[in-house]
Amino acid sequence: MTDVTSPASASPAPNPAGNATAVQLRPPRTQTQIVWTKFKRHRAAVVSGIVLIILAILCFGAPWIAPYSFDEIDLRNTRQPPSPAHLMGTDDLGRDQFTRLLYGGRISLTVGICAALFSTIIGALIGAIAGFYGGIVDNASMRFTEVIIAIPTLPLLIIISSYTKASVVVIIVVIGILSWMSTARIVRASVHSTKRQDFVLGARSIGCRNHTIIFRHIIPNVMGPILVGATLGVGAAIIVESSLSFLGLGISPPTPTWGNMLQDSQATMASKPWLTIFPGLAILITVLCINFLGEGLHDGLDPTVSSN
Amino acid sequence: MGRYIIRRVLQMIPLFIGISIVIFIVIQAAPGGPETTLLATGRFVSPEILEAYRTRLGLDQPIYVQYFRWLTTALSGDLGYSYKSAQPVLQVIAERLPATIELMLAAYLLAATIALPLGVYSAIHKYSPLDYAGTGLSFLGIAMPVFWFGLILQLVFAVQLGWLPSSGRETVGNTGFIDQLKHLIMPATVLSLLYIAGWSRYMRSSFLGVINSDYVRTARAKGLHERRVMLVHGLKNAAIPVVTIIALDVAGLFSGAVITETIFAWPGIGRLFIQAMYDRDYPLLMGIIMMGSIMVVVFNLFADIINAWLDPRVSYD
Repeated sequence: MTDVTSPASASPAPNPAGNATAVQLRPPRTQTQIVWTKFKRHRAAVVSGIVLIILAILCFGAPWIAPYSFDEIDLRNTRQPPSPAHLMGTDDLGRDQFTRLLYGGRISLTVGICAALFSTIIGALIGAIAGFYGGIVDNASMRFTEVIIAIPTLPLLIIISSYTKASVVVIIVVIGILSWMSTARIVRASVHSTKRQDFVLGARSIGCRNHTIIFRHIIPNVMGPILVGATLGVGAAIIVESSLSFLGLGISPPTPTWGNMLQDSQATMASKPWLTIFPGLAILITVLCINFLGEGLHDGLDPTVSSN
Repeated sequence: MGRYIIRRVLQMIPLFIGISIVIFIVIQAAPGGPETTLLATGRFVSPEILEAYRTRLGLDQPIYVQYFRWLTTALSGDLGYSYKSAQPVLQVIAERLPATIELMLAAYLLAATIALPLGVYSAIHKYSPLDYAGTGLSFLGIAMPVFWFGLILQLVFAVQLGWLPSSGRETVGNTGFIDQLKHLIMPATVLSLLYIAGWSRYMRSSFLGVINSDYVRTARAKGLHERRVMLVHGLKNAAIPVVTIIALDVAGLFSGAVITETIFAWPGIGRLFIQAMYDRDYPLLMGIIMMGSIMVVVFNLFADIINAWLDPRVSYD
């Protein structure tokens, strides 16, 4: 999204005539600066971004930050409620919950980000091809999209993930191949309208090939909605992963994830509520921040929102 | 309008065939097949018995033969027999359906009675404390993992306070209305959370869009009472897109029911599905997911029809 200057993204809301001189007096700004200015105004999004960065540092730095090791069993200190030594208590094997939460976050965040990335790439490709070529290709891929959209996603996910002992990669792929549909539709619609613009005709007239036009000229123009969709997709994927793990079909222990930490918690909830509360809070806060971030990005990337 | 509906219904036929092919392939892709449940019992099963088992279920045929066999019987209204209980799939589903429909209806009613007034109020009193509270609530609702919300409710209202039963649809031997209602409260709340969050925001933005339109100004200029302007002229128009969304959202109910029913041991389709998944009960799985998909497609059509009916600007072409 850096230096792309194009009609769609660089011509913001038309300035009233009286404003024209004021606009010219201001030093020119790059697209990134404009987006950043608008993003910064969304206070919740900025705070969320900071929280997410801290969270990511804590989780991915878990081997150095966490007070214990994630599979360190301490049978003298099982089922401890939260205390200064164990911030979030310990589980049946005396493993430190705070430590496991950090390690679990590593997996959950990775799954969320990779699954969203994967589904976005599939969706963008299908949408771009359908929108660009039109005709029978468009028709076929959109009918296929309709078929997949109509099937309830979670049951299908549950069936597919019951086939294998799910690893991180399997879960990422399975979530990815079942959540690309809305991206494909958005991208198709944008490509469909963008391809009629003059700069595409210009690119074609200087002899650009189809794939160059798609990837260099059209995709950057529809990057806004793709990016917002991908951001929200991270949150959705984290929730899906945790739901699958809760049902016992996600990534299996001993590798902790936020989902599988909750897997057996229902049975022991009454006596050890901290084992239920903290992993869920981690999911809630993370997804909440991701959604706020998505809102901020949406405002920032929307060319109809003025940056003044 | 009639021709529009007929055309849309006809378009659904290839869609259903496409859906059934995808589901069929996914279900049949299971490594090991249904005989794994036979082997999992731990008893010795000879290869001949396994072979006979597969032949009896028709699993020795190529997948397209199996699919066409399923399709032809399904078209005559017969979804086959459950491997596990040997009862007709339709009958097994029909037994569980009332519980699920009860849950879904309760969740939908609850969501509508909370979300719609909240949305209207938030739009009229923009930036009021309740508006902020509603926005915050909907962000929380969207980010909340459904199953965790269910666990927390159980923890608070069943374990700590003891006000509500933690699971099931009724207390054994005590099947009064009050008892059933008490069992329904928590699952319905859990299932409705996402819709309360979504619909209240949607109602709010739809209403805000309407408030500034010319016909609302005209209504005010005529000297109508403000309440009448808002609730008759405003609400009627703002409700159109919201009604459409409500019809479209039925699609997600099924996925939500799978999780909610699992947490609260609700004896509906969602739990039946999980059980069928572990049993590798192909015909039953096929029936359940097909039913879920049909529900999605039919309610999509409903949404379009309602939209075209309420909004005179929509053309039928």
